[in-house]
Amino acid sequence: MGSITLRNVRKAFGDVEVIPGVDLDIQDGEFVVFVGPSGCGKSTLLRLIAGLEDVSGGQIMIDGQDVTEHAPARRGLAMVFQSYALYPHMSVRKNITFPLKMARMDQDEQTRRVEHAAKILNLTDYLDRKPGQLSGGQRQRVAIGRAIVREPSAFLFDEPLSNLDAALRVGMRVEISELHKKLATTMIYVTHDQVEAMTMADKIVVLRAGRVEQVGSPLELYRSPANRFVAGFIGSPNMNFLEGQAAADHGAHAIGVRPEHFRMSLTEGSFAGTVGVAEHLGSDTFLHVDLDDGTHIVARAEGEFAARHGDRVWLTPEEGRVYRFDAEGLAI
Amino acid sequence: MATRQTQSLARLMRAPAIILLLIWMLVPLGMTLYYSFLNYNLLNPTGTSWAGWFNYRYFYTDPAFFEAVGNTLVLVLGVLTITVVLGTAIAMLIDKPIFGQGIVRILIISPFFVMPPVAALIWKNMIMHPSYGVFADLAKFFGQAPIDWFAQYPLTSIIIIVAWQWLPFATLILLTALQSLDGEQMEAAEMDGAGAVSRFIHLTLPHLARAMTVVILIQTIFLLGIYAEILVTTNGGPGNASTNLTYLIYRAARLNFDIGGAAAGGIIAVILANFVAIFLMRAVGRNLD
Repeated sequence: MGSITLRNVRKAFGDVEVIPGVDLDIQDGEFVVFVGPSGCGKSTLLRLIAGLEDVSGGQIMIDGQDVTEHAPARRGLAMVFQSYALYPHMSVRKNITFPLKMARMDQDEQTRRVEHAAKILNLTDYLDRKPGQLSGGQRQRVAIGRAIVREPSAFLFDEPLSNLDAALRVGMRVEISELHKKLATTMIYVTHDQVEAMTMADKIVVLRAGRVEQVGSPLELYRSPANRFVAGFIGSPNMNFLEGQAAADHGAHAIGVRPEHFRMSLTEGSFAGTVGVAEHLGSDTFLHVDLDDGTHIVARAEGEFAARHGDRVWLTPEEGRVYRFDAEGLAI
Repeated sequence: MATRQTQSLARLMRAPAIILLLIWMLVPLGMTLYYSFLNYNLLNPTGTSWAGWFNYRYFYTDPAFFEAVGNTLVLVLGVLTITVVLGTAIAMLIDKPIFGQGIVRILIISPFFVMPPVAALIWKNMIMHPSYGVFADLAKFFGQAPIDWFAQYPLTSIIIIVAWQWLPFATLILLTALQSLDGEQMEAAEMDGAGAVSRFIHLTLPHLARAMTVVILIQTIFLLGIYAEILVTTNGGPGNASTNLTYLIYRAARLNFDIGGAAAGGIIAVILANFVAIFLMRAVGRNLD
């Protein structure tokens, strides 16, 4: 079991209020991703849940039990750190066994759990090595192994993939998602990378300046962002925003159109502009277009769309795919 | 080809410094070795003659010799134990952010800047003196008879003084090591359910192993040669109770004017120091890659 509830959780470092008050419900078995730009308080929120930081106010409940004043170890959570935080002088086996040893678990049970975790994570051949002899991805797996042997009620991941190279990151992303399916344990995952959030989450929590901007499934956030910030943060490349006459035509202060929701034409359309850079990825082409009123737009065209630097193009937003925002940035 | 030329040029350029250092080391060692085989007494400096192994036999059969070797070992081990244990404790205390951290750190390091004879004299006359030392005042305050430290516990007194001097060194090295301990590791251990004691045993101590090795090796080199503190406090007494090997050699040379005997003692001390060095490198040197 691992349902986690936050009630008006606040955190201040001295006079600086980092988290002004967060309410959140996490169901048992959910994969929840906290996402937001750096400095938005997502890691602090995770550390508050872990118990590594003390809350300044509010309540944290795990399975209905108030754990606000409990020490980290008593909360039954396991955490994977950004730097992996492996113990450098211990072998992989000892690293993974450490939490069990601290819990004074039966020796046979310790061995059984370590072997099991090693098998799940493909670490069996590396059990007697030191962390220094492992690659980044293997260290990552050891850190995860150390978390899963405890059979915690929930896993906390603090930007676990940010130290890996791009190819490995994609692989580990899939592995962690598969692990979640296999274990069906609650996971809270912090990242600044919206691609990780979109691909892994059951539920995304978008944070800005310590406030929850929106909570929802990846597609909910994609389809109906609550405000301009969420709209701009979710989706890659970012949503384009148009103001002035184009927005007024739609009866809004600003309108947003995702790059993939433009129809492109070399002859006619709603907005005319000049192609700056054309990024040909093969499957897609991303065109950086400077509209005649000076707005910079990124639009996705089909892979073999033949537009070059300096060409005139016309863009037409698809019907029903125009997001309207008022002057405060809230969706209309 | 270019690399080989660069290498031989580098060797050529290094040579003067290395040769100078070698001469600096070999000449005194050679002269000591030479004197150790001579009957050479400063009371009769012209009457030198070849002595063979006599000086060594004389030094070796001196009952004070084994006492001095024992005292040397007790002194070194005592000071090492005190400085490493207390040094770790103090380093962990001042590693935490506290009010007036800068001043506290300077105060803790300051004993290292006091010259050994000065430090020993302060301890002798102002702290351990049986009639007007601080310890005597404390003892009187509690209604106890003051302890005459240098008469009753001469070697212990010297261990305390020397440990006081070397504590800052150990603290400083261990503090820098502590500061490089990864905070996330500590937090991970906390999440893993390790209490403060377990974290100290399983994380802090292994992390400090290398720094402790450095402390032990460097201190041993200097502690084998402790001399000034003994000279200004106990003069090696009472009897030979606080005479270490260095002081025994000093006594042979400067009180008995027996240069040959002192030189033989010096050579024996060098050999013993090398034994200690080999033993130490075997025991703790594996912490240094």
